[in-house]
Amino acid sequence: MSALLEAGQLEAWYGATQVLHGVSFSMAPGSIATLLGANGAGKTTTLRALCGMVRTRGAVRLDGQSIAAMATEDIVRLGVAHVPDGRGTFLDLTTEENLRLGGYARGNRRELAGDIERMYGYFPRLKERRAQQAGTLSGGEQQMLAIARALMLRPRLLLLDEPSFGLAPLLVAAIFDILRTINAREKVGILLVEQNAALALELADQVFLLETGRIVIAGAAATMRDNDAVRRSYLGY
Amino acid sequence: MDAFIAQVLSGLVTGGIYASVALALVMIYQATHLVNFAQGELAMFCTYLAWTMLDAGFPYWAAFAATIALAFVCGVVIERVVIRPIGESSVLAVVVVFIGLLVIFNSLAGWIFTYTVKPFPSPFPAEPLFGNHYVSSHGIGAIGVTLVVLALLYAFFRFTSLGLAMRAAAQNPVSARLVGIRVGWTRALGWGLAAAVGSIAGMMVAPTVYLDPNMMAGILLYAFAAALVGGIDNPWGAVAGGFLVGVLENLLGAYVIGTELKLTVALVLIVGVLVIRPSGLFGRVTVKRV
Repeated sequence: MSALLEAGQLEAWYGATQVLHGVSFSMAPGSIATLLGANGAGKTTTLRALCGMVRTRGAVRLDGQSIAAMATEDIVRLGVAHVPDGRGTFLDLTTEENLRLGGYARGNRRELAGDIERMYGYFPRLKERRAQQAGTLSGGEQQMLAIARALMLRPRLLLLDEPSFGLAPLLVAAIFDILRTINAREKVGILLVEQNAALALELADQVFLLETGRIVIAGAAATMRDNDAVRRSYLGY
Repeated sequence: MDAFIAQVLSGLVTGGIYASVALALVMIYQATHLVNFAQGELAMFCTYLAWTMLDAGFPYWAAFAATIALAFVCGVVIERVVIRPIGESSVLAVVVVFIGLLVIFNSLAGWIFTYTVKPFPSPFPAEPLFGNHYVSSHGIGAIGVTLVVLALLYAFFRFTSLGLAMRAAAQNPVSARLVGIRVGWTRALGWGLAAAVGSIAGMMVAPTVYLDPNMMAGILLYAFAAALVGGIDNPWGAVAGGFLVGVLENLLGAYVIGTELKLTVALVLIVGVLVIRPSGLFGRVTVKRV
């Protein structure tokens, strides 16, 4: 069985500045992986590089198919949903319009209404806010909307950039619970970038540790929790 | 009183034209944050295409529909061939290209069709409708056409997936790509729609002002004033602004400053709005929580 996602010697640039210096890793289908690393290590850039949002060199394969040189919208159409840094909400549109857009790239438009209801099942708060301008939602509601919008694609792979950013701990726990459910129920692979390493390690199967644009440690989450270096640097005990 | 009503009504008629062109400006502004100075000339050129078809003996509404289709294609091609390659480069470069397009279309029209003023037919009957003596049938028809166009555009943007995708792409291109919208094409489509709307305005105004290569120069200025008055990021504002500017221009021209200074109204409005209320009367205030 080929890997869901495979990056080989992936390099990325912002203008003339090289940010990734050969990132290689692979994810099993339906698994949850997390990218850990300090600020500026290249976590967000890795997610951007995977879906063609920055200039890159190297290999990226989705279920064995090369997506390295593809345009972002074409990668999305292959089933890669990305909740970007800053959530990427369409602030002037309503909650429901945001969800409809999430399913825009899908061939079958008839399933959309049912899927929107399914998302309201996961996130009942969004149903109450369905006709409201997304910009008026609270931070937590916007994060739920961003995840729901991404799931509307029925992705194979969900890239999540800091879903816990700026949210109250209780809300973060709720969102991570939903991520776990979604992963189990819909067989969506999740690649998570997260500042909160303890949370990420609890959710993930695999961990990749990034340092200045390279992966320095890769392994199962269970063993990483016991790794002294990881514990000292990222878990703080 | 009669004269006053007549002035207001004919103001609404020209206002409808300004509203259409203003709407075309706003559509491109929303997608690119640039004002397309060539919008009027493109409309004028398309009106010449309509004239050519009518001259060749096409029935009016066939020529009308064909012109809209050609204008749409023209808009798409311009975006693909000229605007897209310069893409994200400096604002100044794009403005220069817009002005270049303006001059090109103007000269092209002059070269192909000569600068002689040509009459352009109206599809509406010559005798006034409903026996009124205030406004011509063409005036009423032009307003009707304008309103139908607006309603269709509204329905397109509000109720179709493609319309929603276009709004999303204009608002947040990065996120739009992340949901799989082909932003380049929605932009080209926006150009096509704007050109189509402009060509309708051209065909509606030509019977009144007659067809010549400089036909749209003044109108573009009024449309620009209308878009600014209404708020350049707000389609409804642009439409309201169009009617407002049309009526204001007519009333001031008739009762206050005389017809010679009419165009000044547009310029004063542009400067006034920019100085006093740059967001326009209906400029949208987005509620944002951080």
